[in-house]
Order: sequence, then C-alpha cells, then structure tokens
Amino acid sequence: MDLYLGIDVGSVSTNLVIIDEKNEVIAYEYLRTRGQPIRAVQEGLKAIAQKIPQGGSICGVGTTGSARYLTGVIVGADTVKNEITAHAVAARLVKPDVQTVLELGGQDSKIILLRHGVVTDFAMNTICAAGTGSFLDHQAARLGIPIEEFGALALRSRSPVHIAGRCSVFAESDMIHKQQVGHLTEDIIAGLCDALVRNYMNNVGKGKEILPPVVFQGGVAANIGIKAAFEKALQLEIFVPPYYHVMGALGAALLSRSAVKKKKTTSFRGFSTSNLDYKTGSFECKGCPNICEIITISLHGELLARWGSRCGKWDNLESSASPAQEVNV
Amino acid sequence: MKIGYGHMGTLTMVVEMILEELGHEPVVPFRPTRQTLALGAKYAPEFACIPFKIVLGTYLESLARGADCFISGGGYGPCRAGLYGELHSRILQDLGYNAELIFLFPPLKKTVDFMRKLSRLKGRHSWFSLARIISKAWAKLNALDELEMMSQRLRPLELTRGQTSKAFEKGLQYLHQAKNRGEIEEARAAALAEMKKIEIDPTAKPLKIGIIGEIYVQLEPFANFYVEEALGHLGAEVRRSIYLTSYTRHDVLSTRGDMNSRSLAQPYLAQKVGGHGQNSVGDVIRFAQMGYDGVVQLAPFSCIPEIVAKSLMPFISKKFGIPVLTLFIDEQTGPTGIQTRLEAFVDLLEQRRLASGRYDFPGNIIQ
Repeated sequence: MDLYLGIDVGSVSTNLVIIDEKNEVIAYEYLRTRGQPIRAVQEGLKAIAQKIPQGGSICGVGTTGSARYLTGVIVGADTVKNEITAHAVAARLVKPDVQTVLELGGQDSKIILLRHGVVTDFAMNTICAAGTGSFLDHQAARLGIPIEEFGALALRSRSPVHIAGRCSVFAESDMIHKQQVGHLTEDIIAGLCDALVRNYMNNVGKGKEILPPVVFQGGVAANIGIKAAFEKALQLEIFVPPYYHVMGALGAALLSRSAVKKKKTTSFRGFSTSNLDYKTGSFECKGCPNICEIITISLHGELLARWGSRCGKWDNLESSASPAQEVNV
Repeated sequence: MKIGYGHMGTLTMVVEMILEELGHEPVVPFRPTRQTLALGAKYAPEFACIPFKIVLGTYLESLARGADCFISGGGYGPCRAGLYGELHSRILQDLGYNAELIFLFPPLKKTVDFMRKLSRLKGRHSWFSLARIISKAWAKLNALDELEMMSQRLRPLELTRGQTSKAFEKGLQYLHQAKNRGEIEEARAAALAEMKKIEIDPTAKPLKIGIIGEIYVQLEPFANFYVEEALGHLGAEVRRSIYLTSYTRHDVLSTRGDMNSRSLAQPYLAQKVGGHGQNSVGDVIRFAQMGYDGVVQLAPFSCIPEIVAKSLMPFISKKFGIPVLTLFIDEQTGPTGIQTRLEAFVDLLEQRRLASGRYDFPGNIIQ
C-alpha cells in the first residue's frame, strides 16, 4: 500500500499524518514541540511508525510549519511547503467548495480565501498573539480550568462580559479585573472568546470577504466556545473538520503526493532516522557587517546542511534543505 | 568636507562618484546591517519609520569613521520625510555631534534654496564642470538600472541558484571602478557580459510580480529583506515601480511625479497623499494592464501614504483582477514571516495561472 507522510512542525505542536492513495487519513500524531523540533519529529516518527498497517510503505514525505526546512533535512522531504498553502490544500480536501479557512494555531492565526478551489487571498497575524492557542492555554491554566473544558464552560454563559482583547497582556489584566469585581468565570471566558474573535476579525480578517463554506481549523478549533463566537460574529455556519488539529500535516502529505508524482521517487530517509543523533547549532558569521546567523545541522558529527548566509559563503553544502540532497545514513 | 550620506541601493556609488569629482572626501556608507538598524532604532523615536532608523544608524556609523557633514534628499507634504532631516540633525546634536546636515529639496520647488546648497557643495568648480559631472553620473545611473533590470529578469531563469546575484555583484564592482564616460561604457558592457554568462532555462515562463510602495524600502534591499532576490529564487521575475532614473525624471527634474501612474490612480484616489501613495494605487493598475501575475506592496510600518494606498488595495485588486500582498516593515519584522508570506503568495499566483488555463506547466497542487 502506498502511503504518504506529512509533518507540520510549529512553535507549539508537531503533527504527523499518514494518508493512503485515496487521501484517507490512516494515522496521525499530535505532540508538543517544546522548543525541540528535532526531538519532537523523532518521537512523532517513532510513534506513527507503530500505526502503519502491514504492507504499507511511505512513498512520499512533505514538511510544513516554521521548522519545515530543518525537518525537511532530517526526514528527507520530497516537498517543503509554507503552512498557508498546506492548510489551504487540506481544507479543500475535506470541503472541496470551501471559500474561507480560519486557522488558529499555537502562536499564529491566519485567514485564507479560496474561490473555485484556488487561493485568492490570505493574511497572517503580524502584531499580537492574543487569540492564539498559547494564550488560551495560559488563561485556562490561570483560571484552573482544563483547556478541554474551556469551550463548554463558555457556552454556559448567559451574559458574556466585555474583555479588552487587543493585546494579550491587557486582556489578561482586564480578565483579572473582571474576576476581582465578581463576574462569573463562565461569563469571563465567554467574553474572552468574543474578544479573541473580535481581535482576529480586526487583525487578519480586516477587509476580507468571508463567504461560506467556512472551515475552522488549527488546535483552537477544538474550543467550542471560540467556534460559537465565530458563528455569532460572522452569522455563518462554521465547519470544523475531523482532523482540525493536524490539517497542516495533512496538507503536507497531500502536497508530497504531487511532488513525488513529478519526482518519481521519494527522498524519505526511513523511520530509522528517529534513532539518529542529529545536532543543530548556529554561529554568527563575522565575514562582513551583515552578521548572518548561520544554522548548521549535523549527523553523528558530520555536517548535513548549513543555511542562513546572505552571500552564500557557507552554502557549499546547499543553501537550504534541498530535498534532492543525498546523504548516507 | 568629509561627507556622509544614507545607503540606498545602487544610488550609493553614484553619490560617491559625484562627491569625489567635486573634490570632497565621501564617507561611503556601508551596506546597512542589523547592527546599523539597532543603532538607529536606539536613538530614533519609536514611531519613526524604518528608513529613518536605518539612515540614522548609517549616520552614526559614518560619524565614527570621520564624517563631518551629511547630505540627504528632503521632501514635504503629508509624508514625514520632510521633517526627518531636521529630526536627524537634532538627534545628532543631542548626542553631542557637530555635523552639518544639508538637505536638498526638489530643485524645481525650492529653487533658491537648492541652488544655494548646490553652490556650496560644488565649491570652486564651475557650473559647467558641475554639469559635466552630473551628466557622467546620469550615465552611470542608466547603466546601473539596466544591470538591475537584467538581474531581475534572469534570476528566475538561472539553473544554479545564486548565479545571477553573483554576476550582478561583479557588475556593480565594474561600474564602481569606472571613473569617466568611456570607462562607464566599458564597465557596462563588461557587466552585461557577466550576466550573459549565467546559465539559464530559456523555456521557463516565470511568474511576473510588480513591486510597489515607498521608495526607500523598494530601493534598499536590506530594508525589504532582499525581497527581489527572494522572489527571484522562488521563480518570479520582478519589476519595481521605481528605478533611480525614472525617479530622477519624474520627481527630481519635474514637480509632477510619475504622471502615468498618477493619472491611472486619479479615478480612485484623486489627490496626492504624500510620498508615493498615489503612485502605489496607479502602479497596481499599471502592472495589471501589463499582464503581471501579482503585486507586492512594500511599506514602512506607520507610513501614512502607503496606509492610504493599502486601504484601496482590496477594491483595486478585485476590480483589476490582480492579487496584492502588502508587507509592512519595521525593526520588529522577522525574516521568517516575510519568507513564509512570499512563498504562499507565489503558490497563490501559480495556482491562479494554472486555473486560468492560460499556462501549461507542472503545478504543485493535487486537483
């Protein structure tokens, strides 16, 4: 059976998805990155390898997310794609006529507009992380509510309070203030959901024509409180796909299919790569006043790749995670 | 006088030549770096825009290298550039420097002031000799623009990534060394010959992307995270709305600005909003009419003229059927965020091309 692997390594979570020839999800893994992308990828590979059905083999690998180049080198990716394209491709798979994708991840939020299956516009948050998963996590912990129950609690609110949502720090102080004056926790949480959605609409959603069907994905889509707040703000039905939290990885897997179709073979290094000793490092090149930060990655002491220089001086090993690069492991 | 000035793309070497010919000792600015920006940001008001901060950083670096005078272009109108010279000068004073700052305002608008400053800069040279120097500088500007446009056209076609940028740098060095008209012509030919040596794929049909927006972030690659190179490496041919020669013609030797783009903008933005704000609107339309696939708008964070232009973009983009990606840049902007957006924008444009059915080349999306 031909299988395709997608890996999305973001700031907060690392996700892996395996799909078959019918684009059905066979297995997935959702792990915390915890600032160590290589280890997260290796753990994820180990775990997902156990779930591969008999006779299945990986015929293509795609990576996405902020650590996509690094991960691409480690696993031998056939395609390395930005997360906007990956999310759009995945949303189109689950809802072919999708026109709007709302994505709220660990530390970023995006909006992607599609018309007739083609991405026509997108935006990512630039100013503030309020409204993203990390902030919600933090607030849930502060209020002593498990994040899983956060959304359900918000739905119980009868009169949400108004929370200043422009900035995560101010939102927090405003919430504390509302607690001190005696508002109900569920009203505060519901108010926070409204504030986050308002912030999102003013920030990434500004000037965008939001048409149905709307797909809501990313880790925050688990939060039914946010979903309800979006529905209220947009006056539209919001669709949360079954694999909402690993859509980036799903997109990367789909993209690897078309990459391999063109390349004919995969560059995947195999699951044994999860036992290898990869080391990353960086140094500042002092060759000129540009002071580039050069990233190096090595395997058992041998340099695999190096990138980050403006002039190309350090790139004799290929400037970036070139998927075609052959390395003996 | 040891004269320093801001670094702005290829203009830097032309100013160097003019100052040298006039008998001054130019303190040629280094290409700005993160250190330059950090230095400028430290002493600049928080909400000054990134060109102000980079140029201030350059001034401070040049002072350490012995500059005792700075020259700069000035402006007026809703764009803050008109105020910036004065602000620079006071910040330097507060820091205890005695450098003289000379701001050259558009000659046709403040003619007396301009002539007075020019005559001070020309020193004992005759007006005739000054005219000769200027005409030499003009020849160099033309050669530089030609070289730059060629690099923008060839970069997406190159077979080995980085070849074009290397050849371009070599060409810049040739032109840098050229001191008279004959040498400039030779250097130009040698530079173009370097470019012709680049191995390319002549059958490729690269995406075409127009770059519009504020002049400094367009012309200074450091300020725009080397967006031209990044787009070229992603397989797109770029063309800016502003080149040094066209800027000189439209905004220095004339008071009217680029009337082609301004009149295109007229029905949607009927007045000047400072800087190149009105141009930005017209330039999107111009690129759309030229059959470009998309436009990248570059703007310093908090730039009023470009904010005005940006607010019209959703409408213009829809009406003329051309996607626009706006990048606001300040010292907090991260290169990764820019790269991700550029990659996604190129994917978007490729998909559009595929969907339009006008092109037949392998895409990356499963249908």
